Amino acid sequence: MTMKRWLSHSVFRIYAVFAVAYLLLPVGYTLAFSFNNGGRSNLVWHGFTFDAWTHLCDAPGVCESVQNSLLVGVLSTLIATVLGTMIAFALGRYLFVGRSFTNLLIFLPMATPEVVLGSSLLALFLNLGGGLLGFPGVLLAHVMFCISFVVVTVKARVATLDPKLEEAARDLYANELQTFWKVTFPLVLPGIASAALLAFALSFDDFIITYFNAGSNFQTFPVFVWTSNQRGIPPQANVIASLMFFVALAAVIIAQVNSARKAKALAK
Amino acid sequence: MNAPVVPVPAAGVQAVRSTKAGTRRRWTPYLLLLPGLLWLGIFFIIPLASLLMQSLQTPVPNGLAGQFQQTWRFQNYIDTLSQPNFYNAMIRSFTYSFIATVLALLIAYPLAYAIALRAGRAKPLLLVLVVAPFFVSFILRTIAWKQVLGAEGPVVSTLQALHLVQQNFTIYPSSAAVIAGLTYNFLPFMTLPIFASLDRLDTRLVEAANDLYAGNLVAFRKVTLPLTMPGVVAGTLLTFIPASGDYINSELLGGSVNTTMIGKVIDSRFLVLSDYPAASVLSFTLMSIILAAVWLYVRKAGTEELV
Amino acid sequence: MASPQTNGDLWLKDLTKTFGDFAAVDHIDLHIPQGSFFALLGPSGCGKTTTLRMIAGLEEPTSGKVLIGDLDITYAKAYDRPVNTVFQNYALFPHMDIFENIAFGLRRRNVSDLDKKVKDVLELIQLSHLARRKPAQLSGGQQQRVALARAIVNQPAVLLLDEPLGALDLKLRREMQVELKRIQMEVGLTFIHVTHDQEEAMSMADTIAVMNNGVVEQLGAPLDLYERPATQFVASFLGQTNTLQGTVVGPDGDFTVVDTACGRLRLPRTELTGSVALGVRPEKIEFAQTAVSGVPDGANVVEGVVTDASFIGVSTQYIVRLRNEQEIAVFEQNLLFGRRALVGDQVTLFWDPRHSFALAAQ
Repeated sequence: MTMKRWLSHSVFRIYAVFAVAYLLLPVGYTLAFSFNNGGRSNLVWHGFTFDAWTHLCDAPGVCESVQNSLLVGVLSTLIATVLGTMIAFALGRYLFVGRSFTNLLIFLPMATPEVVLGSSLLALFLNLGGGLLGFPGVLLAHVMFCISFVVVTVKARVATLDPKLEEAARDLYANELQTFWKVTFPLVLPGIASAALLAFALSFDDFIITYFNAGSNFQTFPVFVWTSNQRGIPPQANVIASLMFFVALAAVIIAQVNSARKAKALAK
Repeated sequence: MNAPVVPVPAAGVQAVRSTKAGTRRRWTPYLLLLPGLLWLGIFFIIPLASLLMQSLQTPVPNGLAGQFQQTWRFQNYIDTLSQPNFYNAMIRSFTYSFIATVLALLIAYPLAYAIALRAGRAKPLLLVLVVAPFFVSFILRTIAWKQVLGAEGPVVSTLQALHLVQQNFTIYPSSAAVIAGLTYNFLPFMTLPIFASLDRLDTRLVEAANDLYAGNLVAFRKVTLPLTMPGVVAGTLLTFIPASGDYINSELLGGSVNTTMIGKVIDSRFLVLSDYPAASVLSFTLMSIILAAVWLYVRKAGTEELV
Repeated sequence: MASPQTNGDLWLKDLTKTFGDFAAVDHIDLHIPQGSFFALLGPSGCGKTTTLRMIAGLEEPTSGKVLIGDLDITYAKAYDRPVNTVFQNYALFPHMDIFENIAFGLRRRNVSDLDKKVKDVLELIQLSHLARRKPAQLSGGQQQRVALARAIVNQPAVLLLDEPLGALDLKLRREMQVELKRIQMEVGLTFIHVTHDQEEAMSMADTIAVMNNGVVEQLGAPLDLYERPATQFVASFLGQTNTLQGTVVGPDGDFTVVDTACGRLRLPRTELTGSVALGVRPEKIEFAQTAVSGVPDGANVVEGVVTDASFIGVSTQYIVRLRNEQEIAVFEQNLLFGRRALVGDQVTLFWDPRHSFALAAQ
């Protein structure tokens, strides 16, 4: 093949490699600086050390904020996934008066900038006297903005479901509840799982809405990073980010390999 | 991961049948909807009303800072929006996020195209790598850009070593750095929906266009692009909306009065200065403008099924 | 582009396409005269679609040439060659209406009189009233005709049809076969029709090339291919065939005598010697009235027991087990009222030796 033909053939692949490198560059930086011997200011490279990895909770506030983030993330994921899945089934399986209103109400939170969501909730909480600020307020807020994403993700899965499968189940003597739990739910489960993962990722990494409603005594991990930015972010924060990165990456890769293996087994 | 906003066909919807179980079944969808919609009603709709009310408050006479009373003063909107630092921040936000959205589209479309149609077996791997930045904290990623673009970072030192720029040249902090940060941070949001629609594209249609005397560029313009518009619309919305309210990038990569975006103004009016009415005016205005823009855009792009 | 004066015959010369070690198309030579209705027939994976895609310019040959008249189009881009395709499942642009779909190729080449040309071809396919509909609003048969119109409106030197009727139901398929033939006669373009359906190929094409494993097994008019198949593959792919293994004994006038487990049988003179297979179509075989009478002189005769009889309307299809335990199919046209034989009957079968053919033994 001539050079020119090779180029025109591979131009998109070469581009993809550069684009992905660009996407991963800051990730690499974040990982690298978890090994920085920087002390309080972690902006410039000072030398390699495992200190931050071995003394993870030494930086004040890091571990506490991660705990808070995990707690908020798990709880809001659970609640939002249940509520959102119910809505998705209603939208995907029934015709009812108020469908388009429901669709609009689901779409609006996604079309509203975080700063508006955060500030409007703060306005409500302030009008109620400010007692909900902190953990309860943050949890309520996270469930609110996760619901829409869960609905959209699960609804897409419900829509691809062949209604004939449910008819077949009913034909084979399954009543409505059995049909749901034995046929519908297992088939929609992958959609629910990816919705839950998405909700957790959104919750864990949310800063703006959390910051507005966290009050003065409650810090999630992103809030911790933001507030310690002025004094200098401890390298432990980078360790946490690296750990999260690898856990999430492993989860996604395992899920992909699994589904690829299943597809292969089915093809045989 | 699924693209968050994708057109969902209403296939598989069952009509409610008027059997004897019909009465119970007619209530089923509402029972399913009730808890979730109640939650959205209480923590999304009521707060917006609350925000609107707060924007119409005035300080309690002789009261403490942060004490306001409901006086329904619509003049607040005129007073607040006529202040140059406020409307400048608003205009700046929309300008930055518009440029960032266009740049992200230009970067993401070829990337999505490469992954969907040219990657072969590397497709799942590339998809994971595109999503991977999500797994690292947004703020830390942005701080990493500060390091990359900073005076001692690789970009500036390379340019200096090649004598392409002067020794005192800097990229960060600047408007350009803020826009670069916004572009970067929302790139996956742009890439995934476009990928999804390209992945669904029936490539035989492109072959048909080639067969009917359309060169590759014309085939792209007449067939591929129109058929992937839903992905483009979803991607641009998912980039433009969060970008225009964001202030992490402008604070970390700009950090001067000349790069302040509206989110930061709302933040400090609310959380630092306790100037709730002005903050609420700005917040409510931001939302109204965005919703109006989204509505116009979605209508113009002809993809109403998106909503 | 070929000017109309030059000879518009299509030539495939030593055309080959390999994917890795696999030769999808293996050194094919074909000559398709201008204005003919040509069919490439074969099972899936035989290389017919790859051949078609190389003619269309959607696939680059590994070696060999594609010529239209004197014009070498082997490496011309799809959009630079006077060839159009009716795609499998039609590939109509879903975002354009019918008119715009048909006008697409004309617009690309800035053809004058576009409006009239589109309207004329809409009339030809009898869908003028649907010009402003979107493809999704049309039935399968209508979409099929739009796909055809979108291609022929460009007056290509060669029109390719890739399993064009595959998505239609049986009745509609029959109607469209007639319709396609009518349109081809009317426009006078070269049609190359790729299909795995032998009836479809035989009912429309002037010439059929039967392909298998990347090579052309046999080329000829439908009748010749059916009555004189050259290989076992062609014999069994085009219709149903009974084959009886045997050994050539020697010539006998215009015939060759073959010794089989069911007796000596004759077939038209062949060059083959040694082991051969004698082929005969099920509908060529007749029942004798009795074991001793009703068999014409010189006919091939075999005896057996009826093991199955199924009435399918126009004919009754029997399975008869011969002396050597081999089962053969016999189709009896439904001329009599009631069945001619019942399961378990001892029967004598005969056929005119001119209806036999010789195939190289497997």
